[in-house]
Amino acid sequence: MINVQNLSKTYNGTTVLKIDSLTIPKGQSFGLVGNNGAGKTTFFSLILDLIQPSTGHIINNDVQVNTSENWKPFTASFLDESFLIGYLTPEEYFYFIGDLRGQNKADVDALLTKHEEFFNGEILKNKKYLRDLSKGNQKKVGIIATLIGNPEVVILDEPFANLDPTTVIRLKKIIKELAENPDVTVLVSSHDLLHTVEVCDRIVALNKGEVVKDIQTSAETLQELETFFAV
Amino acid sequence: MIRKFLYLEWKAFTRSASFGTNLAVKILVGFLAVYFTLVFLAIGIGAFYILKELKLDPIVTINKFMIYYLLVDLIIRLLLQKIPVMNIRPLLVLPIKKPIIVHFSLGKTVLSFFNFVHAFFFLPFSIVLIYNGYDVLSVILWHTAMVSLIYINNFVNILLGNKDNLLAVFIGIVATLGGLQYYGYFGITSYTAPFFEALFNTYWAFAIPEIGLIGLYYVTFHYFKSNLYLDAGLSSKHDIAKTEDLTWLNQFGTIGTFLKNDIKLIKRNKRSKTTVGMSVMFLFYGLLFFTNGIEAYNNPTMHIFAGIFVSGGFLITFGQFVPSWDSAYYQLMMTQNIPYKGYLSSKWWLMVIATIVTTIIASFYLYFGWQVYMTIVVGAIYNIGVNSHLVLLGGAFTKTPIDLDSGKGAFGDKKAFNIKTMLISIPQLALPVLVYWIGAKLANANVGLALIALLGIIGFAFKNKAFSMIEKIYKTEKYATIASYKQKS
Repeated sequence: MINVQNLSKTYNGTTVLKIDSLTIPKGQSFGLVGNNGAGKTTFFSLILDLIQPSTGHIINNDVQVNTSENWKPFTASFLDESFLIGYLTPEEYFYFIGDLRGQNKADVDALLTKHEEFFNGEILKNKKYLRDLSKGNQKKVGIIATLIGNPEVVILDEPFANLDPTTVIRLKKIIKELAENPDVTVLVSSHDLLHTVEVCDRIVALNKGEVVKDIQTSAETLQELETFFAV
Repeated sequence: MIRKFLYLEWKAFTRSASFGTNLAVKILVGFLAVYFTLVFLAIGIGAFYILKELKLDPIVTINKFMIYYLLVDLIIRLLLQKIPVMNIRPLLVLPIKKPIIVHFSLGKTVLSFFNFVHAFFFLPFSIVLIYNGYDVLSVILWHTAMVSLIYINNFVNILLGNKDNLLAVFIGIVATLGGLQYYGYFGITSYTAPFFEALFNTYWAFAIPEIGLIGLYYVTFHYFKSNLYLDAGLSSKHDIAKTEDLTWLNQFGTIGTFLKNDIKLIKRNKRSKTTVGMSVMFLFYGLLFFTNGIEAYNNPTMHIFAGIFVSGGFLITFGQFVPSWDSAYYQLMMTQNIPYKGYLSSKWWLMVIATIVTTIIASFYLYFGWQVYMTIVVGAIYNIGVNSHLVLLGGAFTKTPIDLDSGKGAFGDKKAFNIKTMLISIPQLALPVLVYWIGAKLANANVGLALIALLGIIGFAFKNKAFSMIEKIYKTEKYATIASYKQKS
């Protein structure tokens, strides 16, 4: 589904990301782990064509992302709060995204009802604009918004950060459900090894912009990763 | 301790976004600052002689209208002067006594530009008074009283700072008083003038504003000190949100989706509301031109200028910041399946609708005759046909992120003040004036107007062409735009 070739990103002579070759097959749930500055967000921003690669390219479902925009209809993402529109209410935001993804109000409502539990009664009909919600609640809105319109690629940057324990458990359930769908490729980045191992079939560890581990998840994966990061 | 604060202030000043802009812009801003300083100085020195020339007693006249001066100053402050509360937050948990924090924050406002600008008027005026043989002690006492009054305004503004609707109330009061006075029904000045007179004529009255100022500082200090909590004075206000469907816009398809968003953007953010307020002011700008109020403005060529401004207020103030209005969530827009054309069209339609509405409201200019209103209508046609495209084109290069929450940034704020966009707007105004001038020279005034309208219609015909050109620029500028919008924090 996603194919990376000779990808690198350099800022003023410092290489922040360098991936020679990486293929993420359709339907995989892909976990990206690494310390701060390892290049996780840079990689996701490159997939989403928010920054330009210094060399190489990324192909998302036969579409080269920095030359064509045709990846947009089937790719959904939430990187940070700059993906939210602060002056809208959560409902308005969902409908706006729905409009852009060709979903009518009823489709969006159905999705929201399905995830009512995830919102924990703090999001919908709360008379608050997104800018006035807490960080955690903003994140919930952003994550659910990526599910609108049945995207084939879902990209979530640090989805577990800032969430309360209950929500983390519910989020893991949602991601696992997505991962079970053979048509949906999920890309998740995290600092949290345990959560990532739990929801992903495959884990790639980045360090200073380079792939240092690439493992299919098994019973020993967590142990292996912990040993790797314990320096 | 104070030294540490000053260090922080210095860092905040030198690292503010305005210092980041390029040298040419800095020089231009510098020139503007010098220019305005000179203008104020000239007014300060000239006021005395001009009033003398008009056979008016300068000090009596100034005292008479001082009440308006102060009220207008207060309005300007309410509109523009920022209250430095938010940057106190990180200091609260540090080992610094609260009174020190409050004194420092209040002290900072004392050094504000909004106080110093008055010195350019009062200082030269007072010096000229002394130079012309007025009693030195009287002048000095009067001057100190005026300074106190200015600072009273400063602290009143701080106390009233967080209340939104006060501004409208004050503008209403001043407009009513001014109107009543102008038409001779009731002159507030005859009640207030004696007070200002006393400041000059007696040796004791100056103490009233002095004591008032000290008292007010005391009140402000205690008000702030007792409210120095995150959930009190330092809290950010949360509006009660209401979900609006605006389903009637659904019939416009993609454009409708964006229009819905734009309408909410304008309604729910301080910054955009201030912008709309400003465009209403533009609506009345024409009065300066058409009422013979200022002689230099009263010629047909200048009228064209006014015609463009009257109908194009919103287009100019809002349009020049497309797409910066969406800067806070630009990354989202760039990852969604968004046709640029739809996005641009929605902004374009918004400007067109606003221009048409303004033109209809501007029909009160019919009072000055058909010719005047025709000028405005022609201006509107030109705005829709040509300027709307120019504004969107200029916007493609504008990379100043907009902080939607700070209403006071619409103008004046260093961050938002963008000379580049001002420069882009010059041809928007110069071209029609030139065309009219040519038309009027070669034939007559109506031909000049017709030529401008023709330009507008031609521009309208090339709408699609212009849009695809702008679209291309948006695409090539995409990464640079995303990067600069991210730098906001």
